Amino acid sequence: MPILIDRDTRVVVQGITGRDGSFHARQMLAYGTKVVAGVVPGKGDERFDGAVPVFNTVAEAVEATGADTSVVYVPAAFAPDALYEAADSGIRLIVGITEGIPVLEMLKVVRYVRERGARLVGPNCPGLLSPGRSKVGIIPAQIAAPGNVGVVSRSGTLTYEIVWQLTRAGIGQSTCIGIGGDPIAGTTFVDCLEAFEADPETDAVVLIGEIGGTDEQEAAEVMRARMSKPAVAFIAGQTAPPGRRMGHAGAIVTGSAGTAAEKIAAVQAAGVPVAARPSDVVGLVREVCAAR
Amino acid sequence: MNLHEYQAREIFARYGIPVPPGEVATTPAEAEAVARRLGGRVVVKAQVHAGGRGKAGGVKRAPTPADARAAAERILGMTIKGLTVRRVLVSRAAEIAHEAYLGIVIDRRQQAPVVMACAQGGIDIEEVAARAPERILRETVDPRYGLLPHQASRLAYRLYGDAPRARAAAEIAQKLYRTFLESGASLVEINPLVTTPQGELQAIDAKMVIDDNELVRRPELQALRDVEGEDPGEVEAREAGLSYIRLDGDVGCCVNGAGLAMATMDLIQYYGGRPANFLDIGGSSRPEKVIAALSIITRDPSVKSILFNIFGGITRCDDVANGIVAATRESKLPVPITIRLTGTNEDEAVRILESAGFAAMTDMDAAVRKAVELAPAQPQAG
Repeated sequence: MPILIDRDTRVVVQGITGRDGSFHARQMLAYGTKVVAGVVPGKGDERFDGAVPVFNTVAEAVEATGADTSVVYVPAAFAPDALYEAADSGIRLIVGITEGIPVLEMLKVVRYVRERGARLVGPNCPGLLSPGRSKVGIIPAQIAAPGNVGVVSRSGTLTYEIVWQLTRAGIGQSTCIGIGGDPIAGTTFVDCLEAFEADPETDAVVLIGEIGGTDEQEAAEVMRARMSKPAVAFIAGQTAPPGRRMGHAGAIVTGSAGTAAEKIAAVQAAGVPVAARPSDVVGLVREVCAAR
Repeated sequence: MNLHEYQAREIFARYGIPVPPGEVATTPAEAEAVARRLGGRVVVKAQVHAGGRGKAGGVKRAPTPADARAAAERILGMTIKGLTVRRVLVSRAAEIAHEAYLGIVIDRRQQAPVVMACAQGGIDIEEVAARAPERILRETVDPRYGLLPHQASRLAYRLYGDAPRARAAAEIAQKLYRTFLESGASLVEINPLVTTPQGELQAIDAKMVIDDNELVRRPELQALRDVEGEDPGEVEAREAGLSYIRLDGDVGCCVNGAGLAMATMDLIQYYGGRPANFLDIGGSSRPEKVIAALSIITRDPSVKSILFNIFGGITRCDDVANGIVAATRESKLPVPITIRLTGTNEDEAVRILESAGFAAMTDMDAAVRKAVELAPAQPQAG
């Protein structure tokens, strides 16, 4: 069983007629994801590619199609309301792809979503892929294969790189999840580790972290104290200068807590091996699985 | 985006936070004139985006207007952490009986703004937080309700023993929170918050960092950006929609995605090289972006070898290949280039590159190793 999404996940795409939304809606449909609805205010009554009904509001989409998951491609200026709307309409899982939402907006969004019992993944994230089952977001499907390693990451292409190396080495994945590169995110490493720990089809976890914040340190504590399954980590940004935002809004070293060195030390202290290079992840996964 | 002190203090003043009178000057004569207008003793302070200005000699006290002129002569044009000082703030010197710290940051773990205070001023708050966290007073703000009056009071009474100062500090904390919120800041700091011998509070230094994601909807803050105070490559990159940070190594790299870009820099170091930059061309890499990226990388004279590392997902490898070929059609690259690309439209990309005389690689480690080898060995610093 993958985490958060599976074959029965019913997806509504917010912003389905936009440049990104339409492209990725087609990719998701091609993968076999149940994309049951799109939402674009003012474009209700239309059909996306002649197949997927488009609604003016998420509430209508949920009522008509039973959508339980939303993926949001709405531009940053309108994305906070799209996230509020999803949470307000009974959506269970909200995946925010949009990059560029101000932090002060996200502080309110994460509270609103949580209070309504929904889970937000992202924003500024590539979403989720459960190989062979469902894809919600933008992770390229061809790099992954079904299997028993869970992958959780703060980045996009670095995740693809490592997932692709796993796949080529014959190591498939239960779920690949990108939690996003923003300082304020709906889902943390800890949330994902707990879900992987509870998932009977996940045997081991690969955690891909980076500079900024203390999410990796908190993950280290969970891996040490509460996880029975083995894990392997890679942390990017050892050469990043302090005080500079490295592309991702959240990838900035302030003080010592955000450095790669500190995160690597914390993860290693939890007994989790940290790959020196992305290409060392495969070998470490084999080792921890063999030792189990 | 970091604001200069003179910009931040203007915003503070607009919100009613007491700052000593002062003006910005770009020449010694201007500095002298400002000092004369202000009357009395002044402080002349370098306005650059670098910490440790005081230690670098960028802050000087001046008892007379002539001294202010002399101070500005020495500070203007000086280099602090690689940045040339082109402006000074001339401000009336405050008399100091006590210094404290007051600031607001986003606490990522609590997902909330936190107002922080410390009965010591002029400190590095991160350092105190790491070494002696018990000395920092904190109030976590619920972003939906803002800093509540009793929270500001609680902080202020713990910071100061006497009611008049505590009342004034609570008011300043409220105003600072409004400044933070309404400017879309990710950090605001009064460091130090000074008590004068007369018992008045004054914000002597002002620091503000604006969340870059706020700038689209806040053109008035975007206009405060000091383009001349930034690396020209970084300015060009921002205009081209790229994310670029110049470093001090010699292997220039161009990567799609921030995480992969950082991992590529780290791998350059792993193989004994030094990255010259961070550069993320983003998700949809049109050929124009690649052309801009190459122009920015090659303008850095310390670059001795260029590395492309592209993992094609949404980014199409053929787009990148076309960009490389177009960028090098007119003028040959001054240094060797190593190209690694894999993923979407990889075969087409390889064909485009090979017919233009470029070799293409698919393995990240092999490509990074080669790019490092192509940069002539430099004596290791330090």
